[in-house]
Amino acid sequence: MCRLIAITSSEYFSPMENIITLETMKEGHDGSGMGLILKDLGGEFKEFRDYPILSGICSKDGYKAFEGHMKMLGFQERHMWSPSIRQVKGVVRRDHYFAKVYQYPESYLDKTTKEKEDLLLKTRLTLRGMGEEDESIVVFSFYPDVITVKEVGDPLTLGEFFGFDKSPLKARLIMAQGRQNTNYQINLYACHPFFIQGYSTMTNGENTAFVPIREFLMSRGFPGYIGYQSDSEVFTHILHYTVRQLGYPLTYYKDIITPLKDAEISQRPDRDALLLLRASLRMLTIDGPNVVIGFTPDGTCFMIQDSKKLRPGVVGGIKGRYALVSEECGLDRAIPERDRTKDIFPMKYDMVIVSPEAEEVKVWSQQAS
Amino acid sequence: MEPAGILEHNHRLSLREFPYIIRWSDERCKRCGMCTAVCPVKAIEPQVELRRTVHSSAPLPEPVETRKVTYIVKQVIDIERYCTGCGTCTLVCPNEAIEPEYNPQHKFYHFKNKAGEPYKRGGRRNDPSLSTLDRIKFTRISMLTDPALDAGRHEFRIRTLLGRILSPEELPLKTQDGRLIVSNDTFIPPVREIYPIMIGSMSVGALSPPMWEGLAMGVAYLNEVMGMPVVMCSGEGGMPPRLLKSRYLKYFILQIASGYFGWDEIIHALPHMVEDPCAIEIKYGQGAKPGDGGLLMSYKVLKLIASIRGVPMFVDLASPPTHQTKYSIEESVAKMIQSMSMAWGFRVPVFPKISGTKTARAVLNNLARNPYAAALSIDGEDGGTGAAYNVSLDKMGHPIASNIRECYMDLVRQGKQNELPLISAGGVGKKGNLAANAAALIMLGASGVSVGKYIMQATAECFGDELNRCNLCNTGRCPRGITTQDPKLYRRLDSEKVAERLVEVFRSADIELRKIFAPMGRSTELPIGMSDGLSIDDKAMAERLEISYAC
Repeated sequence: MCRLIAITSSEYFSPMENIITLETMKEGHDGSGMGLILKDLGGEFKEFRDYPILSGICSKDGYKAFEGHMKMLGFQERHMWSPSIRQVKGVVRRDHYFAKVYQYPESYLDKTTKEKEDLLLKTRLTLRGMGEEDESIVVFSFYPDVITVKEVGDPLTLGEFFGFDKSPLKARLIMAQGRQNTNYQINLYACHPFFIQGYSTMTNGENTAFVPIREFLMSRGFPGYIGYQSDSEVFTHILHYTVRQLGYPLTYYKDIITPLKDAEISQRPDRDALLLLRASLRMLTIDGPNVVIGFTPDGTCFMIQDSKKLRPGVVGGIKGRYALVSEECGLDRAIPERDRTKDIFPMKYDMVIVSPEAEEVKVWSQQAS
Repeated sequence: MEPAGILEHNHRLSLREFPYIIRWSDERCKRCGMCTAVCPVKAIEPQVELRRTVHSSAPLPEPVETRKVTYIVKQVIDIERYCTGCGTCTLVCPNEAIEPEYNPQHKFYHFKNKAGEPYKRGGRRNDPSLSTLDRIKFTRISMLTDPALDAGRHEFRIRTLLGRILSPEELPLKTQDGRLIVSNDTFIPPVREIYPIMIGSMSVGALSPPMWEGLAMGVAYLNEVMGMPVVMCSGEGGMPPRLLKSRYLKYFILQIASGYFGWDEIIHALPHMVEDPCAIEIKYGQGAKPGDGGLLMSYKVLKLIASIRGVPMFVDLASPPTHQTKYSIEESVAKMIQSMSMAWGFRVPVFPKISGTKTARAVLNNLARNPYAAALSIDGEDGGTGAAYNVSLDKMGHPIASNIRECYMDLVRQGKQNELPLISAGGVGKKGNLAANAAALIMLGASGVSVGKYIMQATAECFGDELNRCNLCNTGRCPRGITTQDPKLYRRLDSEKVAERLVEVFRSADIELRKIFAPMGRSTELPIGMSDGLSIDDKAMAERLEISYAC
């Protein structure tokens, strides 16, 4: 079973904290990959808050093609971070790992955020397409204040490989997944968390309705709904579709993926809207087993269970630092000083929402809202 | 040598030409005459036979001849009175002395067509082979890291939506205080939440009064006691006026076909309706005889039927293959949907039913752009209860599996897969696998299935099968009393028992659907289009249906 940990904090912290938590939760043979996504960056990235950061991996040839393409588009490189790789057993080193800060092309400087976001997405997709066949270019995210790191291997080994124990890389919101590969050949794009235009999720479980959901999303005509190397990538896109594209408040994400039954809907004040949503978005209903942890562009973090609660998940912490974890032992490791009696084990109707910078945590109940 | 003249009886058929041959046992028969009395086609009759026997009882042969007149049951060698193999004779025989036996070498079809009237019949196709639906298996079983759901313990919601569904982008919603509210300035098409297996169109007229009544009672029980929103289609021919004005109308889909039979009653009942019907189905085609109209033969137009339909007794009631008042399918789809919607104040979903055909996608695309079209029902080639010409049953039409799949994929490509529900029919439950066939169609892209023949067979012990056994539905001589208007015959059928069986059929199908959906990991929504769960043992079929191949 995959291990998940999201830590959100008012202070900057190192991704090593997430990695050690993953290690605490390790069970059996499940070290087939790790994904890290860092948001609200500190350290060397602090001054580049509004500049888009491109995270990726390239081969030597791919790197040349990639650089050429970025130049051609008019992106100017402002800063680059690349990990100080330490060769460790079990991880095959690739040529270039990097996160590059860019200035938008001149013609985009005065454009709206939405237009800029669309440009970043289009660029990421083009780069992904350029290197997809031979894995010469792999791009995970291209967005302001976000870095994504993914690689195949055991999380702790990868932490050492990327030198996170010594790196000054810090952020205020970090999500990590230790992956147990159950989907055939290991593919870097299949590694959680997934990201699109400021929205990110990671999941533990299996999405049995993957095919109809994928078909539904792909037929929406939005260019970013592609790829789907993992059956759970659609959860990120459903979040993006619900909140960004349709403009619904975040809690409706829960109503869309796990709709209530008739009798329950009739208790809600927004019942008329819910009935329409359940019908119009029925292709997006999930049946689990899933726990979904994610964040939105403003830094709000959340955890949701499927409608049967078939996967574990716990949220706990102190004001200014909360963790959303797939196993309780992970929470003990991540925030040992918390009051354990206040730990939240979200049940099938719950959505735990932690506000930006871990200000407050609240449980939104789908039933009584 | 034979004489060179004409051989006597040379133009008579031999029994070997007939599809069923009666096996009658002289020793066991007690000559009660029950079998000849119940035979719906008079294929057997009591006869006398003069028998000559020679025997010898002396120590040395001294042959003695005796002649004796004896009574026998004899099969008639008359192509108009051929044995249909229904087996009613066997059912009434106290001594198991008689039964029809299928004759695979028969040449019935060579001789049946007479007087310019090709053979027509009701019932099932002449095709006992496995259908595509029956070859599909559900091969994606949640198991390793992902536990299968428990069909017995988990909650299931096996429901589908009938009605046009607005796309999420079109929903008239706005946010107020962190909640979504519906703004009232947009037309929201009516949508019904129903059970995904519905009873297909079999009319009052095609069915006998106790059969139709039994189904209607069963449907009401399923809805009101079992909490299963099963609906049934009236078929063409209207409904009893009392039912139209009752609260049970909401469980019925009213059908308007090209003959408009029974619609006078429906229109007259409109002001008195206390409930809206579930939906209105406009029949353009049916799977049993694609491109051909409906036909209720004169033998079935008895007093009750004549009065409900507002026609004289004993006349053939033919519905033309198209709605004759309309110029084209585009026009008829638009106008009829509009006018039917208007009749019920746009509160009732209205959708057309067409035959499975290569042009189904054209109709579909026409509908997809019509904001008032509520669904598309496609009836694959394998259907039929009414009078259909054999050639139509056997040779016309498109099997449902690939038809529904290509229509669904067409909607997927347009991003409208959830907007226009597809209802499929035709051969569902042909081999008794009602739930499995329905689940396969749903996973190929249907929102629901319509079932007719299986319901008749399972609820009223219909004899008909794919070897042309019985299949007398059109003649009004149904030995079970299912499809007849003759009180002598329909009194054989107990409507209470039909209702009871209907409830059992649906309850069992519900369990079976759970047993299929649970290992697929689907419980709160139907697995519409979940084609990754399906496999078939034929590469070409797998490719055509865009599912995987497994053998």
